[in-house]
Amino acid sequence: MKTQQIENLVFWAIRIITYSIIGVVGYILLDIIIKGLPVLSWEFVSGFPRRSGAEGGILPAIAGTAYLITGALVVALPLGTASAIYLTEYANQGRFTAAIRMAIITLAGVPSIVFGLFGLGLFVLFFGFGASIISGSLTLAFMILPTIIVSSEEALRAVPQALREGSLALGATQWQTIYKNVLPYALPGMFTGSILGIGRAAGETAPILLTVAAFYLPKLPNSIFDQVMALPYHLYILATQHPETSKVLPMQYGTALVLLLLVLMFNLAAIILRNRFRKKIQW
Amino acid sequence: MVNSKSSKIHVENLDFYYGETQALFDISIQIPERRVTALIGPSGCGKSTFLRMLNRMNDIIDGTRHNGKVLVDGKDIYDSATDVVALRQKIGMVFQKSNPFPKSIYENVAYGPKIHGMRDPAKLNEIVEKSLQGAALWDEVKDRVDKNALALSGGQQQRLCIARALAVGPEILLMDEPASALDPKSTARVEDLIAELRSEYTIVIVTHNMQQAARVSDHTAFFYEGNLVEFGKTKKIFTNPDNKQTEDYITGRFG
Repeated sequence: MKTQQIENLVFWAIRIITYSIIGVVGYILLDIIIKGLPVLSWEFVSGFPRRSGAEGGILPAIAGTAYLITGALVVALPLGTASAIYLTEYANQGRFTAAIRMAIITLAGVPSIVFGLFGLGLFVLFFGFGASIISGSLTLAFMILPTIIVSSEEALRAVPQALREGSLALGATQWQTIYKNVLPYALPGMFTGSILGIGRAAGETAPILLTVAAFYLPKLPNSIFDQVMALPYHLYILATQHPETSKVLPMQYGTALVLLLLVLMFNLAAIILRNRFRKKIQW
Repeated sequence: MVNSKSSKIHVENLDFYYGETQALFDISIQIPERRVTALIGPSGCGKSTFLRMLNRMNDIIDGTRHNGKVLVDGKDIYDSATDVVALRQKIGMVFQKSNPFPKSIYENVAYGPKIHGMRDPAKLNEIVEKSLQGAALWDEVKDRVDKNALALSGGQQQRLCIARALAVGPEILLMDEPASALDPKSTARVEDLIAELRSEYTIVIVTHNMQQAARVSDHTAFFYEGNLVEFGKTKKIFTNPDNKQTEDYITGRFG
């Protein structure tokens, strides 16, 4: 009887904790949706800002963030995937690879402002890209690289060793084995890494603050060497730096909602791709 | 021992190490051509490790090394000039746990030929059919070769893996406890198959099952703690072994 009571207690405690987490997320989402929705209009998402963002739309910030996410993925996905393949499939599992893994995990824990400074030093100043889309994308790419490497490695390791051995025993080379009999089954898991990366790349303010983001630039960029506005930075400015922060409160909510929708769209695309690959596998 | 003239695989003074741990001690053996050779011995005696030396599968394990020679058709397979791809084409392997790829039955069998550059669909069809017939599976699956291989029963999956190995045209088949995960009926089918394949292939089979070794093999090698204790005609090993350890193991006194 007593153990049964403890059982119930533990069950309810865990359940309440879980629900409260969902509750907090739900509250934040609902708050943004309720207060942001009235601001959403065609003009808001397709127009240019006026009066320092107090009026008009946020198209340059939407475009800027979309470019930055795309740029970061274009750089980070091939690099991350290749590193993960090297680390799990080719490298000898010894102290050296353990050190590399440690470095990658440490990199994942580096505060984003440090990545911002790194990007400022390397891309903006040393390579002379200036504050530009390319500097920002590269900085974000390095920031999400650890996430992509770690989740890709996990996805690769989840493919049974028996499939590799079976393929090698038939006289396949290691690359043929990886390409035909490992990667196809690891791809869905690898997409999960990019989904997580997208969320981070889209939302971070600190790295882009120093490498790309413009305070107020009501036009679209012409090349990857131009500065752009970006949604999280625009939100930060409306909330703290704007001369009339309380008056632009609805604009803040609108911007937050658009940022959420944008991330959702990128994630949806990744999830759809992932499911298409999953369907091809006949486990 | 066995007449060296007809030996397909010739192993000389083979030592093998996993890191600092020595797993094989000074193994010398001559495995005859177109015969079934069974490797028996208790778990951890090195018989699977030895089998995996014969197609260089141990290469993929980090931190392993060996001394000694493994000659196949007179050529040292660990020579730096050896083409591992060609070697593994010539020496097929069937694993303890059947490992069909998560593809269709057809794609499983066609995987090897395709990797080796076969593109002609008519020829591929022919190879797939011949290999499945060779593995005594064709009649059961001929109407559903496009179906997922993982939908097959355990015994069928293992015969599919044998068909897959046959499809690249090997001369030697290495089998690592191919029937250990199968029910008695499926085991009998695999054993029948081994008997049929015996006339065309040199087969080396690792088995835990003493009766199986006695039933299917011409020669038997008894391994114990990384040493080759005794090797000879199966009949002799099972009726009148020279070594006391072999006798104890065969009669079930240990292992």
